[in-house]
Amino acid sequence: MIDTIIGHYNYWVVILLMMAGFYTVINRGNLIKKIAGLNIFQTSVFLLYISIGYVNEGTTPIIAEGFTRYANPLPHVLILTAIVVGVSTTALGLALVVRIKRAYGTIEEDEIHDKDMSL
Amino acid sequence: MIEQNLCLLLVVIPLIAAPVTAMLPAGRTPWFFTLTITWLCFVLSIWQLTIVLDGSTISYELGGWAPPWGIEYHIDALNAFVTLIVSGIAAITLPYALRTVENEIQRRDTSLFYAVFLLCFVGLLGIAQTGDVFNLFVFLEISSLSSYVLIGMGQRRRALTAAYQYLIMGSIGATFLLIGIGLIYAETGTLNMQDLHQRLQPILDHRTVHTGFIFLVVGIALKLALFPLHLWLPNAYKYAPSAISVFLSATATKVAVYVMLRIVFTVFSIDFLKITSTEFIFLMLGAFGVLVASTGAIFHYDIKRILAYSSIAQVSYMVLGMGFASTLGVTATVVHMFNHALMKGALFMAAGAIVLRIGSSKFENIYGIGRQMPWTFAAIFIAGLSLIGIPGTAGFISKWYFMLAALEQQAWLIALVILFGSLLSVVYMWKIFEALFFHRPTNTSPPVSEAPLSLLLPMWTLVLANIYFGINTDLTVSVAETAVRLLGITAYHE
Repeated sequence: MIDTIIGHYNYWVVILLMMAGFYTVINRGNLIKKIAGLNIFQTSVFLLYISIGYVNEGTTPIIAEGFTRYANPLPHVLILTAIVVGVSTTALGLALVVRIKRAYGTIEEDEIHDKDMSL
Repeated sequence: MIEQNLCLLLVVIPLIAAPVTAMLPAGRTPWFFTLTITWLCFVLSIWQLTIVLDGSTISYELGGWAPPWGIEYHIDALNAFVTLIVSGIAAITLPYALRTVENEIQRRDTSLFYAVFLLCFVGLLGIAQTGDVFNLFVFLEISSLSSYVLIGMGQRRRALTAAYQYLIMGSIGATFLLIGIGLIYAETGTLNMQDLHQRLQPILDHRTVHTGFIFLVVGIALKLALFPLHLWLPNAYKYAPSAISVFLSATATKVAVYVMLRIVFTVFSIDFLKITSTEFIFLMLGAFGVLVASTGAIFHYDIKRILAYSSIAQVSYMVLGMGFASTLGVTATVVHMFNHALMKGALFMAAGAIVLRIGSSKFENIYGIGRQMPWTFAAIFIAGLSLIGIPGTAGFISKWYFMLAALEQQAWLIALVILFGSLLSVVYMWKIFEALFFHRPTNTSPPVSEAPLSLLLPMWTLVLANIYFGINTDLTVSVAETAVRLLGITAYHE
């Protein structure tokens, strides 16, 4: 029992980060905090993929004398792509927040809502 | 030479064209270049469809790496059909875009606007073409990120908040998809759809597979605006530039429906759907989506917003068709993907024409406009009849197949929901007809002229297509039947 919990500690970290990020996205009214939450949420998925690629007692996937077990490099390559996607999403999200701040003068969700309704 | 590389060219040509467009001088040059590219892709997609129409498939190995190690483009009738819808709508939207974009987008932004449009186009084409689930995720993000930008380019400041909201919801959906792909990769060690299907069959009872399936379905449901995950859609379509409302409403959700079909039936299988009772969930969410979204449409006083709510309802019909998990049901879904692109494209084009002349799509500003813009009003009227499902229009064919599928399984309640949904669409379309034609014009506004020809021609092409495909159903139904057979779906037996 203890072994399962400690042995899978990376997955526990993934779950913790995932829930923390997801909660922040849903719960926070500040547009920048939402983006930060989204980032944490996405990062947890990166960790999940990297954990999947690990092979017990495997080394770096470089062919060399004396090593026969290698970690699976494919998930790591996939996650490089996903990191690029995550960075672009963050950049675009923050750019939108800058434009929203210029147009509304605030980045709080409820204040923006009030300004739209008062028109 | 071209024929062998056809399926890759469809993705590579617009991908290379996008950065080129961004470097062209602002004005009409980028528009003309984009127009050429979309028409070229349209021709290629027709060619591709004629190759796979007989039920054969094309397998293309990217970079010469044999599947399942390399990325494979696996084209069958369904892929080719969705590609045809996307490129056809893009080709018809571009002539329409010229005037509306000049009206709504600043001149210095036009090169970038058309570059981002091409990126969105390439994303949607890529989703339809690829046979690799991770590749699909990447294309999904290309199309999503570019559509956030396009929506954010709307004139009103609320376009920004609509784009932001869509970005948050869309990114959550995409991340869910990524988690799902990761979990099924951990179980099978492959990303190729055909190979995944083979390897998943023996382990369909594993809990990881089930969890992965749930993440995939919820992620895609966010993208296709399935009730109750539809809240991002009305604002996004309402505040987007007119040409983008047309393009996205006619293609984006349809492509998401395609992804759902692919993941559920090709990657998993129809047996898995039945073991997990997902078909029941699809039926329920589809039925509630039809009722809630159609009722929602009735309580709005803005053409574009009513049409956006109607889009949610129509997508719910497609999910309903998948829920029947029978040949007839999924055929109805595939046929409706095509027909809905025709009718919603025409309707949003007409709404955009009114926005061009009046500057608003709110009822209070457009009372009686239908008499001053008779051709635009006639287009709304005919496309509206198609949306309702009057015989002689394309909408009738889809509704007919949905009813057949429901009656075949003696799902009386669902059949009633389909009929009632049509009734609700009569109500909200009638509200539009009444406001545009029968209501007394507000005296303050000066009379306006008919929409320019560059808007009327694409609009009426789609309207006439609505009538043509309502009478001649050979193409749509035969393609849909071939596609459904290749998805491994069988007829319903008691």
